Amino acid sequence: MLIKSSKKSQLQEHQVTDEKIYQQRRTLLKSLGFVGASSLLAPVKANAAVDWFGDEKQTAKLRSLAFEKATPGLDKLTPEQKVISHNNFYEFGAQKNQPAELSQSFNVNPWQLTISGEVEKPLTLDYDDLFKRFTLEERIYRLRCVETWSMVIPWIGFSLASLIKQAQPNSKAKYVAFETLYDPKQMSGQSNRRLGGGIDYPYKEGLRLDEAMNELSFLSVGLYGKTLPPQNGAPIRLVVPWKYGFKSIKSIVSIKLTDQMPPTTWNILAPHEYGFYANVNPTVAHPRWSQARERRITSGGLFAQNRIDTQMYNGYGEEVAHMYKGMDLNKYY
Amino acid sequence: MTVSKKIFLIKSVIHVIALGLLISQYYLAIGDQLGGDPVKAIIHFTGIGAFNLLLITLTVTPIAQRFKLGYLMQVRRLLGLYAFTYASCHLLSFIAFDLQFEWQLIIKEILERPYITIGMLAFLWLVPMAVTSIGVIKRKMKSRWQKLHYGNYIIVTLVAIHFYWSVKSELIEPGLYIVITFVLLWLRKDRIHKIFTK
Repeated sequence: MLIKSSKKSQLQEHQVTDEKIYQQRRTLLKSLGFVGASSLLAPVKANAAVDWFGDEKQTAKLRSLAFEKATPGLDKLTPEQKVISHNNFYEFGAQKNQPAELSQSFNVNPWQLTISGEVEKPLTLDYDDLFKRFTLEERIYRLRCVETWSMVIPWIGFSLASLIKQAQPNSKAKYVAFETLYDPKQMSGQSNRRLGGGIDYPYKEGLRLDEAMNELSFLSVGLYGKTLPPQNGAPIRLVVPWKYGFKSIKSIVSIKLTDQMPPTTWNILAPHEYGFYANVNPTVAHPRWSQARERRITSGGLFAQNRIDTQMYNGYGEEVAHMYKGMDLNKYY
Repeated sequence: MTVSKKIFLIKSVIHVIALGLLISQYYLAIGDQLGGDPVKAIIHFTGIGAFNLLLITLTVTPIAQRFKLGYLMQVRRLLGLYAFTYASCHLLSFIAFDLQFEWQLIIKEILERPYITIGMLAFLWLVPMAVTSIGVIKRKMKSRWQKLHYGNYIIVTLVAIHFYWSVKSELIEPGLYIVITFVLLWLRKDRIHKIFTK
């Protein structure tokens, strides 16, 4: 089904009203006792201290997107509130709740994403191009963090391959290097070591060209029907669902095709713990913890936690396993 | 204010803060109001809480000596017992909510992951200290009691390493804790020297 949106300005207005009504409805339902005991309490707020004093939290304006809807799979979706409040995005603080708190004034328009390096036709996409150049589709992917938690998220975007194809990689192109925006003025984690967790910025990631061209590799510009909130990597981020979450780099400004394997942030920081490939693999433990199982983040508190087996390639083996045939996965973790 | 009143007041404050925070955090975690991952949040809260309490316990003696407030020494037991309570909650939450009683995995993790092994050792040492805090046992143990409780210096060192080792990359906070631990132990360097050379 194709849902067409009308003008941008109208939608912003509509969006705000819609959320207000949504909140009122929640309050009403709660007061009537229509919702289950576990959800009786208010939805998770990123900043409890602010809520206690009753201040309205300033959140980034998001707008609805037009996209082809995905057919729902078997996995239960992680609630939107959790997807947008539990984030690893050290550019806005290394604590899980910090990105949602510290990124709301992050300005993503104007934006420039360049595709360069070993290509025939280098490209530059501006903010509007990100949403207009390709038909947007929804994909529901599992996201497995290297820290052993996981989510199921309805992303909106387009395949990475379709973008790379337009730039026409030349014969030297073997790898794809990605870079996050470097803007310490806006990204407090980049200017403050304590906030930023001591990693070197800008954040860098990389894929082998065949991995990048795989049909699963996805560039996301939205989630849950709307543009990405800053804390989830607005305006455009990578999603590679068969790899640990840190590979899915956020707020990308540069995609460069290279002939050499590019350096990647976590690999530079702790090479014995984080490899270039970082494929989800329950049989290869992180040096400090097992990767055999994971906790799926859905709704529910301490007693409603869902612990499940981690699947090889996060369950996407059919689509990706062939790329790693004959490789020693203990060595190339 | 009489000394006993002062002690009562300080102890009341400790109860309100330590117990109040513990109960409210568990309440929020059970109701799914503690961020995206209430399990990690509660494990971190109880862990860092136990460490804070251990460090506060170690701060009491230097303060009491410096400002000649001998009666302060009487709150150490309560602080120590709260440190033990928080540490127990930390371990139990890890076993119950994170690993969800998968005993094979629990044992494997304790044996194979050095930072968990170290944390476990620290906890195991806390147990006899908590048990021997009971007045009757303390009196019966005589001088051996003090020897056992000097173990606190080792525990706090283990906990500092446990914390430093458990984080992914954000080393500033655990680094700060290591410095505080070192300072508190440095203030006792003569005593520690005696313990190890006797």
